[in-house]
Amino acid sequence: MSVFWAICRQHMVLAWRGGHTTLAVAFLFIGVTLMPFGLGPELALLQALAPGLLWVVLIMALLTSLDRLFQADYEDGSLDQMMLMPLPLELVVLGKLLGHYMALVLPLLLAVPLAGLLLNLAPAHLPMLLLAMLAGSPALVLLGGIGASLAVSVRRGGLLTVLLSLPFYVPVMIFGAGASQQALAGEIDETRLAILALLSLASLLAAPVAIAAALRNAVR
Amino acid sequence: MLKALENISAFYANPTRFMKLAARLHAPLWILASALLAYGLFRAWHVPEDYQQGETVKIMFVHVPAAWMALFGYSFIFFASVTALIFRHPLGHVAARAAAPVGAAFTLIALVTGSLWGQPMWGTWWVWDARLTSMLVLLFVYLGYIAIWQAIEEPTRAARTAALLAIVGFINVPIVKFSVDWWNTLHQPASVSRLARPALHADFLYPLLIMGAAFLALFLALTLTRMQMEILRQKLRVRRMSAN
Amino acid sequence: MTENTMAKPQKFFLPNAYPEPAFLKLESLACSRGLRLLFEGVSQTLKAGEALALYGANGSGKTSLLRQIAGFLPLAAGTISFGDTPPNAVHFIGHADGLKNALSVGETLALDAALWGAPDTTTDLLPLLGLQNRAWQKVADLSAGQRRRLALAKLCLAPRPLWLLDEPMTALDTAGQELIDTLAGAHLAAGGLIVASSHMPLAFATKEIVLGAPA
Repeated sequence: MSVFWAICRQHMVLAWRGGHTTLAVAFLFIGVTLMPFGLGPELALLQALAPGLLWVVLIMALLTSLDRLFQADYEDGSLDQMMLMPLPLELVVLGKLLGHYMALVLPLLLAVPLAGLLLNLAPAHLPMLLLAMLAGSPALVLLGGIGASLAVSVRRGGLLTVLLSLPFYVPVMIFGAGASQQALAGEIDETRLAILALLSLASLLAAPVAIAAALRNAVR
Repeated sequence: MLKALENISAFYANPTRFMKLAARLHAPLWILASALLAYGLFRAWHVPEDYQQGETVKIMFVHVPAAWMALFGYSFIFFASVTALIFRHPLGHVAARAAAPVGAAFTLIALVTGSLWGQPMWGTWWVWDARLTSMLVLLFVYLGYIAIWQAIEEPTRAARTAALLAIVGFINVPIVKFSVDWWNTLHQPASVSRLARPALHADFLYPLLIMGAAFLALFLALTLTRMQMEILRQKLRVRRMSAN
Repeated sequence: MTENTMAKPQKFFLPNAYPEPAFLKLESLACSRGLRLLFEGVSQTLKAGEALALYGANGSGKTSLLRQIAGFLPLAAGTISFGDTPPNAVHFIGHADGLKNALSVGETLALDAALWGAPDTTTDLLPLLGLQNRAWQKVADLSAGQRRRLALAKLCLAPRPLWLLDEPMTALDTAGQELIDTLAGAHLAAGGLIVASSHMPLAFATKEIVLGAPA
């Protein structure tokens, strides 16, 4: 198990040192800042759209980080070593995904309340919004990992990764933004939260297997 | 020479059995597709006008079969990919690759005709109707699949990666459909979904089924032709490599 | 960092004998890359303590054969058998060294130890690899030869009976080449196996295959 945590730690350290964490958070704020320019500074309108906008920006920030998941390891030969580590490749992959989640998604979620403030969300709206993001974001990382692993052997495959991942993001987006929209009414949407958690759980079971298969294919 | 089934170059160098079969099927399939298409269009043109939709109901005879083929095409790619992976035979990969642009084209036709059909009723070219939205996502799935084939140079790796995407993508399609339906019913009353199929009168049903058969034959004819082209292209590639 | 560890590095890390007596049997292997057949009919058997050198021109398939033995590449034909050794009994050192530029040398060794499930022996490893006093240096600032030395660390950290080395002498100075010879000697003496590709004769090799040679 210590091997698993070592992989997770390595990915976190590299994401942090490479400035990926800072970039992703900056991306979130830039995205949110652009919204009033596009939609007008009317506070009521911004608040009505805020949950959906925050989901879109969160997904965009995550999508731009996906090519860092395995691409560097493919290029510098670490992927070869991952095949030989004393841990099944599926778990190695899971360790990296967990590292990615902790180094990128958690900071993004921490930034969401502040970003929500810029879009006129009241503190009362935040718990439901964050709950939905917490329930749905594991699925985002796991499913994005599938796209990243399929495109890993493609030079500058960032855009391809986005194209491959987006169809997988549609369900998470629908239920995530839907549940968050209920936050404005001050309601807890248990059904959609449950579906989000179910999507995350299903991705947790399926994604590492698919990603490991794609990576084995990439080192051929 | 090598006997291993996974050896692609051996297959491309000598795919005679399939090519013989394809050559024999080629002409009959195209004739069947053309005849069915001509007859189907003729029947569709002469259906009585719908009391609600008027002339525009005729678009249905293209739209609905195209949507069928969009779904059939992706299922075809899925089963061809699974077969290729299980039996380790390149023919399945070739079939899946050949079918992808054909399926994508039918998806695009379904989207465009859906938009044309809906315009007089909706008063706008696009509404986020559940069926149209799912179709649009399916088009992205097709585009991703085609992009993988184009992006990866090494043929074995491209084939296996594309097959993997076809499989996970196939699982994703019903999940997308379910979520989009859920999303749609919450945002619009169900009656707005004009593309919902009414109980069809026989005058409409038979032309529709004939058009469905015609599109299926067209799909198979196009895919077969593209498979022949792909094999010839790879055969040429092998020849050029062994020439030096 | 004592004189003692400098003098007898192999005693420190590699086992005196590998628990499972290892052997490697390659039977009429063939490899195709893309649409091209690289080689076919490659056969060789290695017993414990033997090293196989792979020679051949660029593009003759040396790296591909190593990757086939590592289990990365599928076999177009033939079989590879390892005997009783478990499948995770392989170390592969390729052209791409898998080092992370953002880490320091010390961090790399500590992480490597954790990744290969070994105790952290950084202080002993540094002088062995000829990287003493460089623990704080960034990997990005190492020379090509120093990078290769650092990449060898996993051989010592996690003892595994089969080493696959892709042109191990590249970019190394005389001392670096001696380091490889020392490590290889200790490994073979303990009953390990080595398959190494090279453009120049390898001192530790006991058998050889020349790829791309007219049959």
